[in-house]
Formats: sequence, C-alpha cells, structure tokens
Amino acid sequence: MIATIDIEFTVNGKPVRISVPPRMTLVDCLRDMLGLTGSHIGCEHGVCGACSVMLDEVPIRSCLMFAVQADGAAVTTVEGLEGPDGKLSPLQEAFWDCHAMQCGYCTPGMLVAAQGLLDENPDPTADEIREAISSNLCRCTGYQQIVEAIQLAAQRMNEGPDHA
Amino acid sequence: MPDDRPAASNYRYISQPRRTKEDKRFITGRGAFVQDVQLAHTKHIALVASPYPRASILSIDTSAALAMDGVLDVITGAELAEHTDRLYHGVDLPNVRWHPLAVDMTRYAGEWVAAVIADSRYIAEDAAELVEVDYEPLDAAIGIEKVMQPDAPLVHPDHGSNILLKKKFVWGAVDDDFAAAEHTISYRARWGRSSAVPIETFGVITRWSEKDEMLEVWASIQMPQYQEQIADALRIPLNAVRVHNYIDVGGSYGVKRGIKQTVLSGYAARKLGCPVRLIEDRIDNMSGGDAHGPDRLFDVTLAYNGDGLIRSMKMRVVDDVGAYPGRSIQQLGKPISALCGPYRMSSIEYDVTSVTSNKTSQVAVRGFGQAPTNFALETGVEKIARRLGLDRTEIRRRNFIRHDEFPWKIPSGTAYDSGDYHTVLDKAMRFAGWDALIAQRDAARAEGRLVGLGIATCLEPGGGNNIFEHLLNEKIQITTFVESALLKIDGQGQVTVAISTHTAGQGHQTLAATVAGEELERDPDGIRVVHLDSLEALPTRGPVASRMAIMLGSAVSKAARRLRNRMIHIAAHDLAVADTEVEYADGEFTVRGDPTRKRSWLEIVFIAHRQLHRMPPDTEPGLQTIEVHAVPGGGKLPNEKGEVQIYPCFSFQAHIPLVEIDRVTGQVEILDYAVAHDCGTVINPKIVRGMMMGGIGHGIGAALYEKFDYTEDGQLLSGTFLDYLLPSAHEIPDIRDTEHCTPSPLTSHGQKGSGEGGYLGAPAALASAVNDALAPLDIAITELPMRLADIEAALHIHATPVPETAP
Repeated sequence: MIATIDIEFTVNGKPVRISVPPRMTLVDCLRDMLGLTGSHIGCEHGVCGACSVMLDEVPIRSCLMFAVQADGAAVTTVEGLEGPDGKLSPLQEAFWDCHAMQCGYCTPGMLVAAQGLLDENPDPTADEIREAISSNLCRCTGYQQIVEAIQLAAQRMNEGPDHA
Repeated sequence: MPDDRPAASNYRYISQPRRTKEDKRFITGRGAFVQDVQLAHTKHIALVASPYPRASILSIDTSAALAMDGVLDVITGAELAEHTDRLYHGVDLPNVRWHPLAVDMTRYAGEWVAAVIADSRYIAEDAAELVEVDYEPLDAAIGIEKVMQPDAPLVHPDHGSNILLKKKFVWGAVDDDFAAAEHTISYRARWGRSSAVPIETFGVITRWSEKDEMLEVWASIQMPQYQEQIADALRIPLNAVRVHNYIDVGGSYGVKRGIKQTVLSGYAARKLGCPVRLIEDRIDNMSGGDAHGPDRLFDVTLAYNGDGLIRSMKMRVVDDVGAYPGRSIQQLGKPISALCGPYRMSSIEYDVTSVTSNKTSQVAVRGFGQAPTNFALETGVEKIARRLGLDRTEIRRRNFIRHDEFPWKIPSGTAYDSGDYHTVLDKAMRFAGWDALIAQRDAARAEGRLVGLGIATCLEPGGGNNIFEHLLNEKIQITTFVESALLKIDGQGQVTVAISTHTAGQGHQTLAATVAGEELERDPDGIRVVHLDSLEALPTRGPVASRMAIMLGSAVSKAARRLRNRMIHIAAHDLAVADTEVEYADGEFTVRGDPTRKRSWLEIVFIAHRQLHRMPPDTEPGLQTIEVHAVPGGGKLPNEKGEVQIYPCFSFQAHIPLVEIDRVTGQVEILDYAVAHDCGTVINPKIVRGMMMGGIGHGIGAALYEKFDYTEDGQLLSGTFLDYLLPSAHEIPDIRDTEHCTPSPLTSHGQKGSGEGGYLGAPAALASAVNDALAPLDIAITELPMRLADIEAALHIHATPVPETAP
C-alpha cells in the first residue's frame, strides 16, 4: 500500500483531520473521502472549472491540486454556500430565480466562481461578470441566464439584507 | 428596441415565469449524478487505448498489470467478444462488427483495447500502463473523399468497402422543375466534425445481483432502447436489466449513448461479482467515447427563377461516421422531415452516402443531423440572393410557406403543423433593429472594417416519430415513438407524476408538474415527479428529438384530465346530480348554479380511496391512471413514393447576428445577436429561453471554434479542452431574444419542441454574417467551423482575389 499523509484543514467551516495518499487530488478527497459530491469533475486538466472550490477565499481548481496541499487551509465548497440555518445565499436564490442552469453539472463551480467575484467586487458590470466566469465552462445555458443571475444577486445584495 | 413578446397567457401555471423544480438540488450541490453513486465494494475501470488509428493487434500481455496489488482483472476485446453479442447499428451491416473493446484490429486512435478493473481508479490507471499490446500499424483511411477511393484502406475489411450506406430519394418532378427553372446554382458546403461535448463525461456503474439474476445500472444516459441493447449484448432478458432513471445527467444534447461502456461494465460486474464503475476521463471521452458529431460534405444544386423563387433542390451529402456507426447513420434520415426548411419547394432529390473512416465514431448530436442540413440549405439561399442582387430577407419572404397554408405538405410527405414565418422574421428584424444594424455595418465598412450582418432561419422538427429509419433500412418498421405518464392522487390528496426516463437538464419534472397542476388546478410546487426505473417504467422512448413538451406534456395532460373527470364523476354521484351538473374550480366540486352544494378536493379523495359505499358503481377505487401517448400523425410507413409523415410539430426561429472580423488575425467578434423564436405555447419560459440560449452557444462553438481535427495519418489533434475549444462567456455574447406563439394544433396546449432550434439556426446565421463581412473582399467561406486560422488563411489568399463563380 502507498503510504498516506495526515492533513488538517477546514471544510465549510468544520475542522477535518484526515489521512490521504499523497497523490490524491483535492477534488477526489472532497468527493470520495468527505462525501461532498457537489464539486464535480469535468476535465481534470484545469479548463472547465466544474471542480472549483474556494481555498482561503479564492476560487481554485480542486482537480489541479493535491489534497495534501490543502493542509492548513480553509476550503469552501458549494455545500458551504448556504447559511448555517440552511437558508440559500442570495447568489443561490438568484441562480434559481433566473434558472441559471440546466443540467446542473457546472453549477456548483459556477456558483463558487461567481461568489469569488462578488466577494471582491459587489457591483460588477456585465463585462466583469463575463470575465470572472469565463474560467468556467457551461454547455447548457450559453451563459446568458448565469450572467443575469449574478447581476440580480449583486443588485439584491446591494439593496440590503431585506432584499437579499 | 422593445421586446414584443406575446401577452401573458390565460393559463394559471403554463407559460408563467415560475421557478423550476430541479434547480434547488443543483444550487445546493445535491444533484444525484452517476459519479455521486456510492455502492459498497465498487471496483473501478481504467482503459487501455490504442495509439494507432489502424493496426492489427498481435498480442496483449496482461501479466504485469494483473500482478499489481489491488488489480482484480484485465479484460481484453477477445474475451468480451466471446461472452457478449456485438453492438447494434442503425442500418443492416452484418460485416461491420462493433464491440466495446477492439477485437483483432484497432480502427481509430484512442479506441479502447483492454480494460483494467481495480480497487481504485488510481491503481487501475497505474495498471493500465503496464498492459503491453503488440500492434502492427497499418495505413489509415482518413479524409471524407479519400476513404471512398477504390484504393483506400478498408476500415472493416469484411464489409469490402468504406461505404456503409448509399441511397437516393426523389420526391416530386425534380427533372421537370429543373428544366422549367430559369437558373441553377451549385455549391459545396462542409460541416466540420464537432460534437455536443457535455461537461460531464459519460459514466456508468453496474451491479449484478446473483440473488435476483439481474443487472442494475446507474448511468449518465440519454438513449432510446438503452436497456434493450444492454440485454441483447449481455444475452440476458430485458426484464433482467434495471436502469435507474433518477440519475441526473450532466448534459447530453444527444450524445450520452454509452452502450459500449455499459456492456463492458456489466460484463465485468457479473464476472467479478461486485459493482463496477466506468467513468470516462476527458481523454477517454474525447478520443474513445464514440461521441463525435456529423462530419459532412454537401454538394447542392438549387433551381430557381429570376424572382428568387426556389423550385427544386438536389442535395448530395456524404457523412463520415467514423469507425463504428451505431445509430449515427440515421442522422442522415431525420433531415428528411424538413429538408426544404420553411421554403416552398415542389420537388427534392436527396442523395446520401455514409462512409466509415479511422476516426472516432459518430453519435447522435442535438438536432440529429438537422443543423448541418440547415446550414447547407441556408448557404444556398444566401448565394441566390447575392447572385440576383435580392435582399436576403426578401428572398426568404418570397419562398416562405404562408401562415394560411398550414398544414403544409413538403415534397417528402411530411406535413408541417403550423407556423407564421413571415411574422416571426418581421418580428426578429424589428426587434433586432435591422435597418440600424445595416447602417452600423455600412458605417463600419466605410471605415475599412470587416463587419457583417447575418440572417438565418431554421425549422425545428419536434416529437420524434422515427419513421425515417425505415427509409434508410427497410427492415426497420417503426411507426411510432411513444411516451407515457402515470398520475396518481394519494390518500392525502397529494399529486404524484411518474415518468419513465432520465433527464439531462431539460426540466421534465417542471414540465410534468406544470401541466398536471394546470389541469388539476393544483400548485405545481406541491406535485412530486418521480423517475421510474426501467423495470417499473411505462412505454417510453425518452427525451430525444425535441419531444418531451410535445409527448410527455400531452401524456400528462390527458392523464390529469382523466383523473379530474373521474373526480367530477365521483362528486356528481355523491351529490346525486349528473356529471355535467358539476363544476370543478380551485379544488372544489360544486353543483352548477348552487354554490351551497359542493364537495372539497379532500372529500372526493377520501371517497375514492376509502369509501366504496359512496363511489359510483362503475368506478375503480383510488385515483390513478396511466396514459401512453403515441406521436400525433404517426402510424404509417412510407408510401410507394417514399412519402411519409415523420415528425408532427415544427418550431421556427430567425437569427440575426452582427459580427466583426479582425483583418489581421481573422478573429470573429460577435457584436450583437438577436433571435426570435416560435415554439408554440411555452410551458416554462425560463426553461425554453435557456435551451434556446444554450443551443445558440452550442451553435457558436460549431460555427467558430470547435473541431475534432485529425492529422492525415489519423491522429486526433484536439482531444482536450486546450485544443477543442468550447466557447466561454467571452465568446458567447449577450443575446437579445423575443418570441412569437403559433400554437400547434396537435398537442395538449399548443406546445412544440424547443431544445434544438438555437443550435439549428446559429451556425447558418454566423456563416451568413461572416460571409457578409467578407463580401467586399469577394471571399466566400462555406466550411464550418470558421476558426480564426481558417479566416486568416482566407484573408491571405485574398491577395489574389477570385470572384465567386458557380457552374
């Protein structure tokens, strides 16, 4: 058997201590060892973005990273976007309102990319939204309703908590 | 420009901009995709692929792989072929043998030769590298015209030729119409090899239950007759296959037809006595997944008059289906349902040739062959307009079937149900701001910029009545393509609809709940929609051919109306009046004219389930019903002239893109894109709009970016996302859309299909725009995709301009 390495990190705010093979990718670790199957595998060469997760608040490709490299980091997956009470985030609500998906396969990664944008830039233009999500491929939607959803989420968040 | 959408309908739920039932599970990461299925003791497949496009397999040494810890087995093509039956083709080809793993010979680079099964995918991949295959490389058959040469290497030597099918159809008096026409124009159009390429690859998990002697299947599938083909290949009865249809499919657009993957996995699962999982990685998918799209060469001649009226068409098409055709040959058949598009032609000759080559196999792609055909047709319409100096929209208007002429029968025998092409085109132009776009183009041209305005229309056949299969293979005598729904109202009065197929983003749960809610006047949010597995399932052919709104929608509607009438019958009996005296509204059954005499929804439910003494004597207890819906207008094989009604419903779109070409690099930028669509009554506007937008995005890829490129000796050059370019949010612009509603007379609420139209129209429209941009340079491009390098090359050749001429 290949030796494993102990790592500690937080996933969606919860501390995790786990022993992983050194070559296991972060996305395989999240999906197969932690049961967080929301992050998807689309290309395994860093192009499609379906595996996007936040690592220390920055969207990254979890297929291009080994789990051991996440040691000490804070990882947020799509499962961590809801509030602690299970309330959908403004971005999730807007994705639902605009039907910013069809098959739903790219959606978790797209939400992570979009959340990364809104965290940095709460009032993005359509061009800035397209720039931010151009890292993530969607084959169903042609991106139109995704762009509209991110605009709607930003607008609601900027109008205040009553609207968010 | 104002968006002149139809006024909101009188429906309560249908056509209302409601949230979908499916989305919540996807935004919370709770989709149930095949990769998410966790079964105890699952083993994993890694594939050994041929590096050669064509080679003899001399020997396979599996000993080193088998010696690795954690490796259970290595299966070769020879073993699999001995224990399973060959896979199905869409036409009769007894000497073209298709097995999940290559037997004796490889037929494309990337073809799977052996499968390693191990405790983890990581171990399986390690072991796959230790499988030693001794090949004798052979010359490959590559190139759509070269493979037809008499000296071309034979992909399937026992077949004796690389031509798999050759058929010629003549509908109407083609020779007379050509003789009578004032002009003819001939041209060549080329549709490059691209595909649908979902972000989720194909995947399957199978488990053999020795106790039940049954194979269970979880798969990312979109395929009619999937379970039948599994049963046939594995030599087990159909009722020994249980396909779990609840699995979410991560995109398909036609291509998720993983029969070879499933047979391989199923064989291994039975042999090893444990669940076996085959999830394609991206390379497996692009090179070995047998999921490429049409690769077509068109030679078209149109006969027309000086006023632009097209009288007749001769269309010759060659399609390169790659190494193993499967059902893909039939993609030449579906376009027969709308060969002349929205235009009034009186005769058509259609000459089809399907060739095999040493490329990855072709599979069904969105539109089932219609997108290339529409591109070829629209290319000709543009050419005639240019030659006659006629406005490109005017020539279309002159040739369009008129609104008052429906149902309109085209030469090949199919009657279009309804349409209003003139109005939709006018609406598109008004909405797009056609005149302003022309002015914008002309101003840019005056500055020396290469700007072009495109126009294309398309018809989207919907409903999926695969009678065309008979035209290409007389042994196939299919005359309908059914879809079913089971509807029940339980003891608490809750409504459940059971459907019988997978879903891949088309929103079937929303569709079924919306229609059931409309008919029963119950909130669709409270209606549950479940996916029956294939053993529980009712007759189904599934979500292909833009058919679920038409077929499932109508089935659910009929079933719901039947239950509603049954409840009225029960209420009438209980109220001691005739059925006709009872009105149902808002959950209450009331005697007409006497609002004090009524029964509630729950009272009727209770009577139906529990109170036989209050039931009408002729009525079955409980509240459940099944509707098996046959395709409207089907039921007949082609007549002696080869005329046949193929699909029932025909949607229509008009696309207007404005593009600019960079003179130096050849890069195309889409400056504006407007579209008008008419798919009859829209069940859920968000879903329909999304599918149209996605179809346009897919069409932008096929027109400008995507191609499975091969070297002359047969190596795939674009097997990753770094070289097969799916358009991102940069390449797909903001698209402006408007709609029109011409209801179909053949469906429950006037709905038509909507999953394919965007993809059918966008490539033709972009070709129109690019050619308009290049027209001042006398450059014409009739080959897709028009990638940056292709256009750059054309711009360079322009150094010695050649005016467009045609024989």
